[in-house]
Amino acid sequence: MTHLLYGIFIDPFVQMAAAPDLLVQTLWEGLVSGVLYALIALGFVLIFKASGVFNFAQGIMVVFSALTLVGLNEHGVPAYLALALTIVVMLVLAIAVERVILRPLVNQPDIILFMATFGLTYFLIGLGELIFGGDPKIMISDQLRLPSGSYRIPVFGGYVQMQKIDIAATIIASLMVATLAVLFNRTRIGRALRAVADSHKAALSVGISLEQIWVIVWFAAGIVALATGIMWGARSNVSFALEIIALKALPVLILGGFTSIPGAIIGGIIIGVGEKFGEFYWGPLLGSGIESWLAYVIALVFLLFRPQGLFGERIIERL
Amino acid sequence: MLYREVGQYKTSYRADQALFPILQDRIGIAVILLLAFVGVPLTASSFTIDSILIPVLVLALAATGLNLLTGYTGLLSLGTGGFMGVGAFACYKLTTLFPGVNIIILILCSGFFAAAVGTVFGLPSLRIKGFYLAVATLAAQFFLSWCFIRIPWLYNYNVSASIEVPTKTLFGLAVTGPTSSPVTRYLIVLSIVAFLTLVAANLVRGRIGRTWMAVRDMDLAAELIGIRLYQTKLLAFAVSSFYCGVAGAIMVFLWLGNAESESFNINQSFLILFMVIIGGLGSLLGSFLGAALIWGLPIVLRAAPAFFGVNIRSATAEQISFVIVGALIIFFLIVEPYGLARLWQVGKQKLRMWPFPY
Repeated sequence: MTHLLYGIFIDPFVQMAAAPDLLVQTLWEGLVSGVLYALIALGFVLIFKASGVFNFAQGIMVVFSALTLVGLNEHGVPAYLALALTIVVMLVLAIAVERVILRPLVNQPDIILFMATFGLTYFLIGLGELIFGGDPKIMISDQLRLPSGSYRIPVFGGYVQMQKIDIAATIIASLMVATLAVLFNRTRIGRALRAVADSHKAALSVGISLEQIWVIVWFAAGIVALATGIMWGARSNVSFALEIIALKALPVLILGGFTSIPGAIIGGIIIGVGEKFGEFYWGPLLGSGIESWLAYVIALVFLLFRPQGLFGERIIERL
Repeated sequence: MLYREVGQYKTSYRADQALFPILQDRIGIAVILLLAFVGVPLTASSFTIDSILIPVLVLALAATGLNLLTGYTGLLSLGTGGFMGVGAFACYKLTTLFPGVNIIILILCSGFFAAAVGTVFGLPSLRIKGFYLAVATLAAQFFLSWCFIRIPWLYNYNVSASIEVPTKTLFGLAVTGPTSSPVTRYLIVLSIVAFLTLVAANLVRGRIGRTWMAVRDMDLAAELIGIRLYQTKLLAFAVSSFYCGVAGAIMVFLWLGNAESESFNINQSFLILFMVIIGGLGSLLGSFLGAALIWGLPIVLRAAPAFFGVNIRSATAEQISFVIVGALIIFFLIVEPYGLARLWQVGKQKLRMWPFPY
């Protein structure tokens, strides 16, 4: 018993103090994976904010966009042209989703729309495998001029290894969030998006086109998915296993609150860092693999104190 | 003309509140039960029984469990697979600890273990609602999946990390394990499912079911009229997990014969949720229809190319069936968001009026 308590409360901190460079390394890795979770969560938030749809298909959209990019390149399309074409594909997807799924299901209960995005997930999995095959592919990071290699930075007498691609991912994620924040708060479209999020009916009555807004958000989510796909793909490779990672974005989402863009980022970082710390310092105690559920438990603990997530809008219930 | 309750007067409250108040319904149920208990074992091939009927019954039981929670109480859960796994592993441990006890009793007992686990994971449901709760139940799913892999005690330190079902006999007949005949297993599954469905039907039309539905429709209002929210929600979690646990146990013992943690992963949870939604939220009949549709669709799709004489590779067929299943789910949701059970209701109404349109 004392051994267990020691393992939980004392030993990890002793380790942290003993090897500060390792601590910084873990922190950095947690930060990077947090940013990448946050990117996926961002796609969810965009769609949830503007249409109230809990888009389960975001994960497969990540895979699908990355596969399209790599697949086009395999067929001899130059990398940047392939990138442009993939963006067009995501636009077509957004229009198709709006026409085929959202428009007929307007005003249905949330869970029905949630299920419909499930159908979309199945559809895209099948379609993706049918067109590009089920084998993992290697992301074309060289052709896209993504940096490779790593920096070794001396910290506390040791070294911290930083992959250049991770740094690039962090920068791109920050840029994306900044752009989205400006888009939401400063532009005409952003105002329309916020209006739709507040009330569909009121937005319609002041002349905002729901259809247009939905295409825009799904397209934006598609772009976010593409960026996520490139980043994740460059770190491992492009395969349908990435879809599982999308499930990791869910605790990030509830931690940050479904409707908050900064929430997605901060939630992502908390989950990413918490997960890496838990796995590294407390993992050996429980047997490995606790990464698979630790994120959910962290999120659950937060939820018990703040049921709407850290930055979610306060839930006010009336009779 | 055929389906009409005109002239069936009820002279007591008892008759009015009966489970099947209409004569035609009683006859219909009797015919279905007769067919299922007598007709099918006499006529169906062992392939049909093993790969269609038993799976549909097992999945329908799990879907019924989830429907009690999601459809009747309005609590979205994505932990179904995990709860089924608890039932299966509990049943396996019980058979090794008490080898002499009747297997059916053990299967039903394992449901209580699942109920206990389900209640624990239902605890956050008072604070959090909707999709937040769904993600919280995902914690249960992933944690339980992890337990099934990482705790070797659960599968008796088996090298393959899986459950091997021992042969158990009942009245001298092998009911589980590789030597048992499909018909025996089918009859046992059918009896358990029929019995539990009857219990569920009585639960939802009684006081408990009404409190559940009140909570679903608006929990604040339900609390104001004197329903204890916490107990009601936890009871729903417990009963639902009990059904899922029993479904998990019979899935391993009477259908698959062996299982590993993979059988109870997140995809299983989503599959069951599909069945409930396609079948119809808040309808027991819907659970069965949904299970039949979701299980049957891929089988039909796989058989279709051969039927039409088209030759395609099995991998391609698999991918096409994914595309079609996805498209059909969207199609069903657009055409009838309230599920197959609603179609049946509409059909019944039409039958009542027939031959007049209204």
